[in-house]
Amino acid sequence: MEGRFNWAGVIEFIPELGTGLYYTLLISIVGLLIGFILGAIFGLGRISKNKLFYGISAVYVEVIRGTPVLVQAIWIFFALPLITGYNMDSVMAGIVVIAINSGAYIAEIVRGSVQSIEKGQVEAGRSLGLSQNQTMRYIVWPQAFKRMIPPLGNQFIISIKDTSLLSVILVPELMFQGRLIASNYFNAVEIYTTVAVFYLFITLTLSYVLRIVERRLDVQ
Amino acid sequence: MIKVKDLHKKFGDNEVLKGIDCEIQSSEVVCVIGPSGSGKSTFLRCLNMLESITSGDVEVDGQNLKDPKTNINMVRTEVGMVFQQFNLFPHKTVIENIMLAPEKVRKISSSEARERGLKLLEKVGLSEKADQYPSSLSGGQQQRVAIARALAMEPKLMLFDEPTSALDPELVGEVLEVMKQLALEGMTMVVVTHEMGFAREVADRVLFMDEGIIMEEGKPEQIFSNPKSERTKEFLNKVL
Repeated sequence: MEGRFNWAGVIEFIPELGTGLYYTLLISIVGLLIGFILGAIFGLGRISKNKLFYGISAVYVEVIRGTPVLVQAIWIFFALPLITGYNMDSVMAGIVVIAINSGAYIAEIVRGSVQSIEKGQVEAGRSLGLSQNQTMRYIVWPQAFKRMIPPLGNQFIISIKDTSLLSVILVPELMFQGRLIASNYFNAVEIYTTVAVFYLFITLTLSYVLRIVERRLDVQ
Repeated sequence: MIKVKDLHKKFGDNEVLKGIDCEIQSSEVVCVIGPSGSGKSTFLRCLNMLESITSGDVEVDGQNLKDPKTNINMVRTEVGMVFQQFNLFPHKTVIENIMLAPEKVRKISSSEARERGLKLLEKVGLSEKADQYPSSLSGGQQQRVAIARALAMEPKLMLFDEPTSALDPELVGEVLEVMKQLALEGMTMVVVTHEMGFAREVADRVLFMDEGIIMEEGKPEQIFSNPKSERTKEFLNKVL
């Protein structure tokens, strides 16, 4: 077995894999940032008394949650331009896919966390004369946010791994680079192992950061 | 201060308040007693619109709560409320709990709100707890903070919804003491309570509620020593 695999040779492909890592991180960070904003908006929509806002939010969450990411990616990159006549570049499409996909799941996280805050908290705020918005902003949201951290971390990790599916719409991310190298140099074991280690490195770092954030917020 | 006319409240098909009429004057201390499920808390919660009014009229501080032009947030700034479960904000320190509404609603400066808060903490005997979180306080201390928080808005009227029912027996006294002090200072108070001793000693008037109506009302000595209605007698026999 010795010498069958050229592990040292992986060094040669670090620039390509580095480019892949860059796009994976770019799409993850920007996509999740937008996803969080979408999630906050539609999560609040799902507890809104406004029927239209509630309806739009419910449809969004159900449609996205009910279809595979891979289908969403292919649809947005290959089908959507045929409808709109506007060609999105693949990185942009990748960000859109991660944003709307994670947004739907984050909306459910936001909804659950906000609903888990005791009714008495809202009543205490309102009875002091705070408006509904002020009560949400100063009392409910800070407490709900703390409860969101563990499930959000979970969703972030899922979405980061989902970016590997974007290789099918030609996003030059980590998995795409790995496939490109492996098919040219026939070093599948070395390259795909390295790719896996890169993903693990990102997700473990994130887990670690989230644990620190959680501890910081747990002041009481 | 408060005028209630033919107040009805339904939760679905369940009519909890079946026509309440009552007037409460400024500086009056009114205790509401009665068996559980009689509608006492619901009545209290209608006075600051935590419960919507099904029919009838409620006027608080000259404002008709059912009038769509009434700004309910403004009315609530004049009506403090203390809850059975305290409902302190767990993510804020004691002093921050007290400062929040004066700063955000009354728009007073942070330093002024802090000063006001510290004065109130001194009044309820908790000066040294200002920078602690509610979770490190006993139930009695939490409830006293909740009273200080409500007072920080300088309300004209205070509503108490069974303020001692969730407390260990040995902590009830410290909360009642603060309430008694408040009554002596001339605060208008409506207190839903099971503390008959407090009602007898501090109330100017006692309302006995049962099955969604006010069965009997009068001076505490009259209600406790010489109740007119059979239901009042029966209830007092059980609890005294």
